[in-house]
Amino acid sequence: MTQDLRCEEVIDKLLEYLDRELDRDTEDALAQHMETCRACFSRAEFERRLRARVRDISEAKAPDSLRQRIHAIMERY
Amino acid sequence: MTGDKENEIWRHSARAFFQAEVEHLMDRLYGTALRLTGNRSDAEDLVADSLAKAWNGLSGLEDRQAFEKWVFRILVNGFVSDRRRQKARPCEVEADREGEFSLFEKLHQPFLLWWGTPEQELLDKLLRADIENALDALPEEFRLAVVMVELWGLSYAETAEMLDVPVGTVRSRLSRGRSLLQSALWHQAREAGLLKGEAKGTAR
Ligand SMILES: [Zn+2]
Repeated sequence: MTQDLRCEEVIDKLLEYLDRELDRDTEDALAQHMETCRACFSRAEFERRLRARVRDISEAKAPDSLRQRIHAIMERY
Repeated sequence: MTGDKENEIWRHSARAFFQAEVEHLMDRLYGTALRLTGNRSDAEDLVADSLAKAWNGLSGLEDRQAFEKWVFRILVNGFVSDRRRQKARPCEVEADREGEFSLFEKLHQPFLLWWGTPEQELLDKLLRADIENALDALPEEFRLAVVMVELWGLSYAETAEMLDVPVGTVRSRLSRGRSLLQSALWHQAREAGLLKGEAKGTAR
């Protein structure tokens, strides 16, 4: 039983789809829609790439002073 | 005697384990703390305090595979309780002032599409600093939700549990946070003249 989704419904659920927060059936229905709908597919691709860019900024070089503090903490206990 | 010996062995292996894990996670913890606190010295304090708690509580961690999330949880708790102490009450941001903002929709206006593939172009030109500024400008609760789900890959349920709020609250903070983030990126891109079809000063 395939659910036919409209583009608006897909867009509405897109972020939760990318977060893997939808139930299995809805997830399958979205995936299926995107196999045939170019517009929704490129929108999903864009959101995916933007997310990857955002995820890239989660790291920043920790200063030496911080490393020294951790070292000292481990020595103390 | 045997107890002492055993204890000694445990401490030795715990130290090696902790050191290796921390080395691996350090830049990510610091980067996350920097986004949460907004400045280097608070970020450093937050990471140091969190790791001190983790080191002291290590024997209570049953599953060492779960170390990463466990430390992240300590860091989030530390951040949230610091904030509670600083403010009399957390400022509740109204969740739905405007409608959703979609960068993709903005980029897909005909006058921009005419120039090629604006969304790829924008992604190519975005700098790390652009994204940092946009994220840093988010109200704290939204920023925290974005950091937890987008940067650390936590599920909505895990996020809700850590923040002690309903899942629906996580969903709406996340959606609002992402919408504001995209809106900030759009305005920054316009101001920096990153969008070809849109000459600076073009009224629309
Ligand atoms: Zn569609």
